[in-house]
Parts: sequence; structure tokens; C-alpha cells
Amino acid sequence: MKILKIEGDKAIVSSGGVQRSIGINFLKGPKIGDYVIVHAGFAIEKLDTVKAEETLKILEELQ
Amino acid sequence: MKYIDEFRNLKIAEKLYRLINEEAEGLCQVNFMEVCGTHTMAVERFGIRRMLPENVRLISGPGCPVCVTPKNYIDKAIGLIGLEDVIIFSFGDMLKVPGTHSSLLKKKSSGKVKIVYSALDAVEFAEKNRDKKIVFLGIGFETTVPTVAASIKYAKKKKLKNFFVYSGHKVMPPAMRLLAGDKEVNIKGFLCPAHVSAIIGIKSYADICEKYNIPCVIAGFEPLDILQSILMLARQVKLNIAKVENQYNRVVRVSGNIKALSLIDEVFSTHDSEWRGIGVIKKSGLVLSRRYSDFDAEKNIDFPKVETKMDKGCICGSVLKGIKTPLECGLFSKKCTPENPYGACMVSSEGACAAYYKYPHPNLLP
Repeated sequence: MKILKIEGDKAIVSSGGVQRSIGINFLKGPKIGDYVIVHAGFAIEKLDTVKAEETLKILEELQ
Repeated sequence: MKYIDEFRNLKIAEKLYRLINEEAEGLCQVNFMEVCGTHTMAVERFGIRRMLPENVRLISGPGCPVCVTPKNYIDKAIGLIGLEDVIIFSFGDMLKVPGTHSSLLKKKSSGKVKIVYSALDAVEFAEKNRDKKIVFLGIGFETTVPTVAASIKYAKKKKLKNFFVYSGHKVMPPAMRLLAGDKEVNIKGFLCPAHVSAIIGIKSYADICEKYNIPCVIAGFEPLDILQSILMLARQVKLNIAKVENQYNRVVRVSGNIKALSLIDEVFSTHDSEWRGIGVIKKSGLVLSRRYSDFDAEKNIDFPKVETKMDKGCICGSVLKGIKTPLECGLFSKKCTPENPYGACMVSSEGACAAYYKYPHPNLLP
């Protein structure tokens, strides 16, 4: 889910057009536009898009 | 959601199957275990288990939190409903689990059982209904625990006297260690849980590699994640090495989530805990720490005495340990279905029996 808005310990995230409020207490330096993994109403970690691209490249090149 | 379709690419999946087959050639029979309910569902949904070479067996471990919750916990939770002013709040998965005489679902019409998506919802209800005692059923592994810890901390901040957690929380590495040393299960590699690892990091698995010579690969939830992780495990087995590898590094950091970990440490402490079908595992459960004992349901509420009778014919225990598959159970899909579950593994959407039942003819990819 993507962070659209941050208000203190909470953030508004969107996924597939649906918006909801989640806790961001455990995130280090959350920013608008970050992709996050959400579990039971809280973001548990950010998704590292650079690492995701690296993994996709490894998968592509894997022999 | 970003990075879902990318990790379901059919062409790359076919390549991974080919590479796993090549790697498996010449290997003895190997058992790889997944210990995360979401992996179990993905593996069934995408038919991965059945597409692997014959000598690579993927077995499901105790990765579903509802399934490993002892029956006595359910009975005690149901017992609470009889108390005046008590309202139970729970994640939805728990409701259908059969206790000895009833289930939370059957008691729902009393208006004293409510489903929530987050523990925080229960705290907010407690804040608005101070004449009621709110008991939240804390079920879940390390992924869920910090969310409950944050909710308890919030209740403390709001000085609530009517919010309690009945903690059945568990942590995964002690169970993995127990299974690693079980010769009957005979595990040659672990697919480590994705989101549990996002919290605890990768170091918790190092001693499993060292002590039991079992490779551990932290795997994401998409088909390519799982297939790549199986390939990584097979390559380690072939080279006779055992180390922790992190396939899901787009989410899992080496040290885990420090903020969440310190919150768990603050609010909970470990104790010996019973796992349904497995028994008591040392230091595998979490109860509220002394500092937060005012929010501990077991310390502040007089639980009515209940009698728990053990299941007959249900092989959930062997299924949870990966010794048997759901198909080997005489009750599976006959007496035991998701609509009328007999054992916990059929109840939870993450249970191995529910996964086998839901996807009798899985597709390679959607």
C-alpha cells in the first residue's frame, strides 16, 4: 500500500483505490509515496523498491 | 499493489521449475518446510507443491497462529462470555475454531463477541465503553505481536482500566528449533516466514543452520519468491552448506524492525507455551510483562473453570508438524470441512487443511 498522507503516528494509505488509516509507529522515517506492508492495522515495514528491482533482475538472469 | 504481477511471471516460473529440477537431480529425498500460513496458502493456490520434482517434498509446518492455539485457550475464552460486562474482541479467524462444547461463533449472537481487524479497534471501543470490560484475544506470531503491543501502550497512555489482553501469542524460532531436531519430520531446509522475519530479522535463524545443518531461506509470498527460495535451498543442500539467505530482502532487513522489536520487549516477556498438537515448547510464548500486568486478562479477570476434552480422530498435530498431509486424515473433506470444521487446521484460512480443501486443482499461475 502507498502512503498518501501522514498525521503523527497514523497514515492514510491506498491500495487498489481503497483508502484507509493505519498506524506507522514502527516505521523509520516514513515518507509520502513510500510503499508499505500492512498487517492488523499497522505498517510493519517499508517496501524497498531498489531491492525489489534487484531481485527481479536476478530472476531474469538466473541460469 | 506494486510488485505482485512482476513476481507472478509465467516464463520465469517455468525457468525456475527447470532449474529446481536440474538441481534436484541426484539428490536424495529432501523435505523443505514452510512455517508460515500465507506461504501454505500460496503454495496450494499456485499448485507449487505438486509441480516440484518427486524427491523435493514441500511440507507445511505450524505457521498458522489459530491452528496452534490450544483447545483449552478457546474453551477459556468462551468461558469469559458468561461473565457480566465482559465483551470479547477477536480476529475473525478465531471464531469458528471448535472448543470442547461450543465456538466463539456460536456465541456471537449474545452480542458479546466482536470481530476486529486490529487490536487498536478494541482499545478504541474500550475508551468509549468504560462500563464494559474489553478482552482482546491476542493470537498471532511476531508480525501481530507489535501491533497488539502498540495497542496496549495506547491503552496505558489513555489510562484505561477496562482493556485486557488474553495473550496466546507465540514466537516462531523455538518451534522451528524443535522441528529441526525431530528426526521423524526430517527437515532439510526451512522456507522462513516473510512477515515474521520482517520483524525479527535474519539472525534468529543462524543457530538452526549451525546446530542442525539446515539451510534457511526467508521467502516472499509470490510464486516467483517461493520458487526462487526453493531453488536457493536446493542449491545449499547440493553444496552441503547451511546458511541463512534472504530472498525477500525488499521487505526483510538484516536486523528486522528495531522499533517493533523494542516495543515487544517492553510490553511482553517470554514463557513456556503449549502448541496445539505439538505440546509445550520452552520460551515460545509471550505474556504481558510486569510493567503492563494491569492489562493482562489472566491476572485481572477471574476465568470461569472449564473442562477441555481432546479431539478424537483429528490428526491436526501430525499435520502441524508436517509428518502427515491433510489428505491422510480420515475426517478431511468428509466430517471436517471449512463450513463444519472439526480441527483447527481446517478453520483458519491459513491452515494446511483449509488450503488443501480450497485448492483441489491448483493452477500454475492465475
